[in-house]
This record gives sequence, C-alpha cells and structure tokens, in this order.
Amino acid sequence: MNKKEWPLWEVFIRSKQGLSHKHVGSLRAPDAEMAVNNARDVYTRRSEGISIWVVESANVVASDPSEAGPLYEPANSKAYRHPTFYEVPEGIKHM
Amino acid sequence: MEKNKIDALNKAFQDKIDNEIKIEPKDYMPDAYRKTLIRQISQHAHSEIVGQLPEANWVTRAPNLRRKAVLLAKIQDEAGHGLYLYSAVETLGADREQTIDDLHEGIAKYSSIFNYPTLTWADMGTVGWLVDGAAIMNQVPLCRCSYGPYARAMVRVCKEESFHQRQGFEVVTQLAKGTPEQKAMAQDSLNRWWWPALMMFGPNDADSTHTAQSMEWKIKRHTNDELRQMFVDATVPQAELIGLTIPDKDLKFNEETGHYDFGEIDWDEFWQVVKGYGPCNEERVAARKKAKEDGLWVREAANAYAEKRAARNKKAS
Ligand SMILES: [Fe+2]
Ligand SMILES: [Fe+2]
Repeated sequence: MNKKEWPLWEVFIRSKQGLSHKHVGSLRAPDAEMAVNNARDVYTRRSEGISIWVVESANVVASDPSEAGPLYEPANSKAYRHPTFYEVPEGIKHM
Repeated sequence: MEKNKIDALNKAFQDKIDNEIKIEPKDYMPDAYRKTLIRQISQHAHSEIVGQLPEANWVTRAPNLRRKAVLLAKIQDEAGHGLYLYSAVETLGADREQTIDDLHEGIAKYSSIFNYPTLTWADMGTVGWLVDGAAIMNQVPLCRCSYGPYARAMVRVCKEESFHQRQGFEVVTQLAKGTPEQKAMAQDSLNRWWWPALMMFGPNDADSTHTAQSMEWKIKRHTNDELRQMFVDATVPQAELIGLTIPDKDLKFNEETGHYDFGEIDWDEFWQVVKGYGPCNEERVAARKKAKEDGLWVREAANAYAEKRAARNKKAS
C-alpha cells in the first residue's frame, strides 16, 4: 500500500558530553532530518542522549563474520603488543 | 551446501549458544532458528502495538491530568517497544511491512490478553499491575536471549516497563483504599483480569510444542509454567496487601513447596481467544488496519516532503 518504502537508518546516541556515540538501534524514516526527529522520540524519551547521529543502513560497510578468522589472525599471534608479554624485574615500580 | 558442511555449521552454532556467545544478524544460524525468532519477535512487536488500544480507550476519560499524562507516556512507550522490536525483526531479513500486513490479514498473532475489553477506569490500574507485570516476568529472561538484537531491545524495554507496572498498582491501590464503590470497581477489575493474565504465559509445559527447542536455543530461559508460578508468587501478596481478593478458590500457599498452589486455567477460553473468538479480536485488528489506511496520506506527504527537500538541497549545492 505504501508504494515507496522509507529507508532504514542506524541510530547512534551520545549519552553525555565526553562519551562516544553508541549504536542504539535502527528505525525507518523518509530522510535524514526526519530520521533524527524520529530517533529523538524512539530512543531518547528519558533523556538518554545529548546528540544523535543517523546513518542510512545501506551505507554501512561491514566486515564479514565468516571471514573473522583470517581477518583477525594477524593480531592474535602478536602477544608482544601487550604489556603483560614483558618481564619486569622484581622491585620495579610505576611501570 | 553439502550436508557435512551444514552439520559443521550447525554444531558450531549450538556450541556458541551453549557457551553463552550471542548470535548476531550476519552470523550463520539454522533456518528454523531464524524462523522461530521472526515469528516470536514480530508477534511481540504486534503485541506492543495492539496493546496500546485497550489503554487508548481511557485517555480522554482519565480522572485527572496527572493520570492522563502518565497514561499517555505509557502508551507512547509501548509504541517505542513495538518499534525496537520491528527493527530487531528486520535484522533477521524479515520485511517489516510484510509482518504488519500479516497481522492485518490475521496470519500473525499477538498476545491474546489484548482481546479483552477495558470496561472501567480500574482496568487501567489492573492492566498496568497484572498485564505489564506478567510481561515483565516474560521479558526479563529475554534480556539474556541468545539473539543479540532481541536481547538488546529487551534491555531497553525492561528498563521502561517497571514504571508501567508501578503506575498501574498505584491506580488500583488508590481505588482499593477509596469509597466502597471504588473498592468494588477495583475488585471487579481484578476478577476479570486475573485469569487472562495467567493465560499470558501460554499453555502448560506438557502442551507447549515449542518450549523444548526454544530452551535449547536459549531463546527461552524458563518454561511457561515456571514463569506463571513466579508471577503468582509475586502477585498474590500484593493483592493481599491492598485488601483485594484473587478470584481463585483453590489458591493456597503450600508450606512444603514454598509456592502458591492455584486452580486450573480455563484452557477452552484460552484457545477460543487465540483462535480469534475473544471479545475484541475483530475490533483490535480492524483498528490497526484503519490506522494504517488513515495514515497513508501522512506517509505519502512525508515522502513528498523528503523529495522536495532533496531537490532543493541539490539545487543549492
Ligand atoms: Fe511494552
Ligand atoms: Fe508496558
């Protein structure tokens, strides 16, 4: 009945100054501005946010979970990137 | 895909679930798991939306401005819950518009409780207290459901539900403390809603076809009867405290089990309402259809406005 379906938007909310925007869910709206207004009503009815981002879902490029193995393998083998890899002599402080 | 490969994928899937690792939208999942979730989440979404109708019935007749503002806020929350859930169901590849049309064509179900009428103001109290109370009992374990988007939607929903139950209990409490007529109105409301509220947890475990599989997939964490018992145990003392009587002559605290024993549910009534013959089934679906049709011009206007704005922005740049 609704000949033109509204696109899907991903909604990100900054809950307070100093924190990053965080994905909270999605919604449908005809354009970006109306998506922001709808996000206000759907995701911030209890002052959960001070800033809203909306991104059209079709524009999100995502990694493929089935490729997770090869994609993250290079990091898995590099334990020396973590401080716990190193030996610190007994008695050394503040390091 | 060949059979061993599917078997391996299914095993890896169940291992994740057994290890409490959430399943996310793009992850492999068996078709049956996807279908079960689409059915359950869309029914849940429909219940939130249809659930607005019995309460909307009292908005213009709320006894004062405070009650009216609260009722409006609650109904608006239920619309929000529906929207979180339609978004969650879309992550499974379901078409949002189609799930709504399925509701309107009688293919999809929603919670049968909303097929009962709200006859008096006391029902606004009882619905919040018992219906939202039972919904909370069902929804809290769903916050740990194996499907990530559903679990996250439930966390938001549960945070918002507790005010729904409290405001309802406040309404009932005030009536129970009021004039004899007010108290009688509260008792009559409890009499009408008690059994339908117990039915909200679904058939007895022995007759529930989906429970075992849903528990293995960790979509469900407790059986219907477990949840129903938790609800009875929590609610009976609340009724006693405000001087109302639960309409069940078999209700009795069992010292041995530490739980309340309660009477047999009228399952014929339950199945009648599920099958579409409850007091308000037709009215509820008709109201939803009408809302969609009446709202068509708004959706079209929004599209036209978006197109105009896009054209204007293009010209300006
Ligand atoms: Fe709700
Ligand atoms: Fe609610």
